[in-house]
Amino acid sequence: MKKTILVVGLTALLVSLVFVSCGPKQEGKAAAAPAEEAEFIIGNGAEPESLDPHLVSGVPEHRIMMGIYEGLVVPDPEKATAQPGVAESWTISEDGTEYTFTIRSDAQWSDGEPITAQQVYDSWIRVLAPDLAAPYAWFPSMFIKGAAEFNAGEAGPESVAMRVIDDKTFQFETVGPLPYTLDALAHYSFAIVPTHAIEKFGSEWTLPENHVGNGPYLLSEWSPQQRIVLTPNPNYWNAGKVKLDRVVFLPVDDNTTAHNMYLNGEMDWSTDVPAGQIEAAQLRDDFQVSPYLGTYYYVFNNGREPLNDPRVRKALSMAFDRDLLVSTVTKAGELPAYSIVADMTGYPAIDGLGDDYDTARQLLADAGFPGGKGFPALSILYNTHESHKAIAEFIQEQWRENLGINVTLENQEWATYLASRRAHTFDIARAGWIGDYQDPNTFLDMFVTGGAMNGGQYSNSEYDRLIGKAARMAAGPDRFETLRQAEKIFIEEDMGIMPIYFYVNKDMIDLDKWDGWYANIMGWHPVGDIAES
Amino acid sequence: MLKPRRPAGLFHLPASFLFRYNTRPMTQYIIRRFLGLFPTLFVIITISFFVIRVAPGGPFDREKALPPQVLENIEAKYNMDKPLVVQYGMYMWDVIRGDLGPSYRYLDRDVNYYIFNSLPVSMFLGVVSLTIAIVLGVGSGIISAVRQNRLADYLSMSFAVVGISVPLFVIGPVLMYFLALQWQLLPTSGWVGGRYGWLPLIMPAVTLAFPYFAYIARLTRASVIEVLRSDYIRTARAKGLKESVIIFKHVLKGAMLPVVSYLGPAFAGIVTGSVVVEQIFRVPGLGRFFVKSAFNRDYTLIMGTVIVFSVILVVMNFIVDIVYALLDPRISYK
Repeated sequence: MKKTILVVGLTALLVSLVFVSCGPKQEGKAAAAPAEEAEFIIGNGAEPESLDPHLVSGVPEHRIMMGIYEGLVVPDPEKATAQPGVAESWTISEDGTEYTFTIRSDAQWSDGEPITAQQVYDSWIRVLAPDLAAPYAWFPSMFIKGAAEFNAGEAGPESVAMRVIDDKTFQFETVGPLPYTLDALAHYSFAIVPTHAIEKFGSEWTLPENHVGNGPYLLSEWSPQQRIVLTPNPNYWNAGKVKLDRVVFLPVDDNTTAHNMYLNGEMDWSTDVPAGQIEAAQLRDDFQVSPYLGTYYYVFNNGREPLNDPRVRKALSMAFDRDLLVSTVTKAGELPAYSIVADMTGYPAIDGLGDDYDTARQLLADAGFPGGKGFPALSILYNTHESHKAIAEFIQEQWRENLGINVTLENQEWATYLASRRAHTFDIARAGWIGDYQDPNTFLDMFVTGGAMNGGQYSNSEYDRLIGKAARMAAGPDRFETLRQAEKIFIEEDMGIMPIYFYVNKDMIDLDKWDGWYANIMGWHPVGDIAES
Repeated sequence: MLKPRRPAGLFHLPASFLFRYNTRPMTQYIIRRFLGLFPTLFVIITISFFVIRVAPGGPFDREKALPPQVLENIEAKYNMDKPLVVQYGMYMWDVIRGDLGPSYRYLDRDVNYYIFNSLPVSMFLGVVSLTIAIVLGVGSGIISAVRQNRLADYLSMSFAVVGISVPLFVIGPVLMYFLALQWQLLPTSGWVGGRYGWLPLIMPAVTLAFPYFAYIARLTRASVIEVLRSDYIRTARAKGLKESVIIFKHVLKGAMLPVVSYLGPAFAGIVTGSVVVEQIFRVPGLGRFFVKSAFNRDYTLIMGTVIVFSVILVVMNFIVDIVYALLDPRISYK
């Protein structure tokens, strides 16, 4: 009897201990919106790493940033080009290297403090400061004169060419007449941060109870792994344009769950469609597919035999059917890519070398591997994902059929795969790059000798010279022609990398129900513009 | 080994007192086992600390590499420039004082916050799942044993086989497809406390319970069948006791031993299986952090989750051992 009591008691104690200490926490105090509220729910992929715009580097974070912060300019929802934001107007010097901004008089933080030119200056110094170790500091470093040296720890902040003219006037100089500078200023690495709040709260300034922002919305709630909730910011200078009452970001890691949530009406906008669901989604009106500024390609390790021979690289690139790949493997309407630069207005695309099996076989024979004989078993490295695997298997089979060579496939999880690319321990590696701004340079400057993204160790001094020359040219057809020449060398002469296809945006959103959401090539959909129809 | 009962004569009274209550060896056993938990945990934590740093890549790897000076600064900020043994010492000193450090990837809050907010969720899910598994498992096991080789038995055991063989990442989405998408009975995912109340708890709890319910059902069935055959049950029947009394009062106690000893590994399995279920059903628990932090090379968060899970498992096994000892009169703990 006593033993039974003891046993039952112990078990009950155990269970109740667990229950008491971990009953469901009182979550989502405002998780359910009253019926008349306009609420917009977004499936946002990963849990954000931070809500400090200077410490992040991902797309899910970007979507949230567009809601709670505003830079000097904001992206137009239809074209993703620069519109006045915190700055109401600007002037650019004749030579295109000096930008002067006038900050609007009613620009203020959500706590009522005015936004000053000094804060713009302090914010940009903050992101560039080497001890903050901002992962995207390389971006402003590309534009602002003196920024790269400061960020690398080689010079002090005074060498960065920015100045505060007066309370509402801010000026900086660029390294060259880069025509895409203005659009780039919308990026969160150029965000203006509430330096007064950061001073007061330190690293806790991003918590909802402390947060100060200047975007169309306020940060109301942040329950890690559950939801981030934004509500309208009454102190936003353009508060009239904000039509939603609540914006909810849901971190959903699993693609299939996200899609199911969308289909079940639990989400208004889903930002990706799982590969197996694309065919079914294409039959629906709410499947929004449009070109995305990005290229999927394979990197050749130019330092390894036989990939150091351009004939081999060209042969590989010409020996598989890209049309068949996009229609049977990726299936979402991607476009075959024969160049690295995605389609861009005004830029005359190069032709590339096309799919041509006979020439490919000839090139391979010229390189010393007639009929594929003697060709080493190279490996294709990709980061673990069903779609990368499907593409690699397709290409592997095509090469076997058309060239008579055998390659192996190797997948590694993301961090290991990045480490391999960085250490150049691969033969061929899968890669993808999404453009940061709407100019060919965003793709082309990756491949200068020693570039941070040039894991394939491609090096051509003429290419470097042309890229450097274009960086100092004003916008216009001459500049585009210079870039085009560079791309011709890179692809048609050297085939430094193997382009495969251009990305498309794949979103699920019912545009009969929601306004202000437009398909654009950058895939940027600022939440401040979204409204119920 | 059975201890022989001393005759309760006058001179043996003090001794028989001890033997009857058997307290001292039992208490000693409990204390010994409890003290043994600490070296176990210490070894687990130490090995984990060094092993997680063997994997290639680090917490600050991004697709575009950081400039060398910046990388140096950030590593200095996290003491990663010091020798590994020194880092280990600093970390252990912090852990002893209850500070699990900052997350290397989720920068706005520290590891203690993430763990103390997500651990209750995982525990709650685990306990609910285990309760479902035990109640349903024992129940169906008894029914199967009592109605052995009849329809109820076959149905129940087939169901159990499905539960054991089909993996969680198949059961979960299948349930989600039918219960949420097709029949619209439940939300697809999420957690309690929001607009759907308690409903989001159902699918993850049932999914997670499935394999354990199945195993417990089979275990109970086999155990009950064996006990039903034993002499003292035959005696009870001969005495004319009601069948239900026989089952609940006599059979259950003996048959539960294997189930109780299974609870330790079951709880372990539920806690680790919650990783998959939490991912599928968007449950904000520790399991999701566990996997993500490994991929992110977020060393402190990995260590935090390892420590928490280890403590839970070790303590659970300890308690189960004690309960087992109390239940089984045949075991002695010298």
